[in-house]
Amino acid sequence: MAESLFQEKLHSGQFVVTTEVGPPKGADISEMVHHIDLLKDKVDAINVTDHQSSVMRFPSLGGCIVVKEHGGEPILQVTCRDRNRLALQADLLFAYSRGIRNVLCLTGDSIDVGDHKEVKPVFDVDSVQLMKLIKTMESGTDAAGNELKGAPKFCIGASVHPEADVIEPQLVKFDKKVAAGAEFFQTQGIFDLASLRRFMQYASQFNAKILAGIIVLSSARMAKYMNDNVPGILVPQALIDELATAEKGKGLQKGMEIAVRFIKTIREEKLCPGVHIMAVGNEGIVPSILEAAELAAISS
Amino acid sequence: MIVAEQKSLEEIRRMITPYQRVLIVGCGTCMTVCDAGGEREVSFLHSALRLAQAKTGDSQHSFSEHTVKRQCDPEFIDLIADKIAEVDAVLSLGCGIGVQAIAERFPDMPVFPGVNTSFMGMAKELGVWDERCAGCGDCRLEETAGICPITRCTKGILNGPCAGTKNGKCEVSKDMDCAWVLIYRRLERLQQLDKMRRYYPPRNYRAVPRPKRIVSKVGTAAGESNG
Repeated sequence: MAESLFQEKLHSGQFVVTTEVGPPKGADISEMVHHIDLLKDKVDAINVTDHQSSVMRFPSLGGCIVVKEHGGEPILQVTCRDRNRLALQADLLFAYSRGIRNVLCLTGDSIDVGDHKEVKPVFDVDSVQLMKLIKTMESGTDAAGNELKGAPKFCIGASVHPEADVIEPQLVKFDKKVAAGAEFFQTQGIFDLASLRRFMQYASQFNAKILAGIIVLSSARMAKYMNDNVPGILVPQALIDELATAEKGKGLQKGMEIAVRFIKTIREEKLCPGVHIMAVGNEGIVPSILEAAELAAISS
Repeated sequence: MIVAEQKSLEEIRRMITPYQRVLIVGCGTCMTVCDAGGEREVSFLHSALRLAQAKTGDSQHSFSEHTVKRQCDPEFIDLIADKIAEVDAVLSLGCGIGVQAIAERFPDMPVFPGVNTSFMGMAKELGVWDERCAGCGDCRLEETAGICPITRCTKGILNGPCAGTKNGKCEVSKDMDCAWVLIYRRLERLQQLDKMRRYYPPRNYRAVPRPKRIVSKVGTAAGESNG
């Protein structure tokens, strides 16, 4: 039996669509709630980011509870940056008790790229070890081998970076994540379908479902900024040039066109069994992208 | 070796201001090699303090200097007991261990650090030192082709690179190599990539309680009886 609607969809053979919301910096969650309401019936699951880019925000766990409360399907993003094994396990138990069943295990960006540069980085475990830890908890014991009163069960995901310029070590890590129990992957932003094709040739030997990460760019300036400042992002010059052709104030529209084009190609070529759309602050435009990509109201 | 940087003159002066007679103690080992607190730096600092004092018309303070062979060794600290007896405070240009060794040996003597002890590292080129060892107490360099991921990966992760690497560099600095790209390439070169494919469990932080203590097991190898 599937642990979650999302897990069921993953294995249904249907095209899977996930997206993400970034929680606010502050206690006013009205905008996030608005985005959740806007998206919950249009996608198969909503990720809630965990202090994205190491910028302190409302927690992923809290955001996932809101997604549940509003009838959506959440994916809890868990990074290893801020919590040791005690805190990670506690959060996972709490998440499970609140009906959260999908977990995306991430190492987490460096503290140094965020807005609290002087705080202590934790990294007690890495993403592979975190997945193993969850598997241990699922088998009924905690990390110290003590019996749990009630074991959780999750649909475990991870990330992968198909466009890394030095790809081989990333593939070694990918193999380890699959072996550790990753059932699905949401990739880093894909900006070059050729590298996604190459990666999928390799990844298709495994059972894990790969959802291609689609970052919606809003201007040539944003693309250049991301290249310089966001870990792992490499927007090729051709795309930056294409964004630069947009009329003033129409950059986001151009970015949406590019996103739609990528999604359609991925779906038509059956490159990946689904996509993960990251609108980075422009969550409101995701329904339009889904419509243009003919993916509207995909979940029933 | 241990690598440090000298503190600013301003900070040093602020620490020692309440004390009339100050002995500046250098260290002849690591601090000499990394240009932070050897005989030469002690002498420069001594002159700088005198000059600063002259500029402010302060005639209250007097300075003296001495550099010992190793501040982390009580045997060498004992040699300056007579000099320490004549002052009101010690400004140590030894590493953090040297400062504490003097403080432990002379319970009534205020001791101040003149350097910021930074890391264990190696000379990369003239005047450049790079961190190489975190002293974690559980060396795994055998698994990583002699490149330490705990020290050289900013996240200290054990199962391969994160996704933040770009152009073979770390996400925190375009000038810093991604340790895991280096490890991969060297393991490949040594035909030992199977080592990277293994799963490494979380580190056992309990194996290295603080403060650590090592008791010499002279002439013995662990797990063997040497009679």
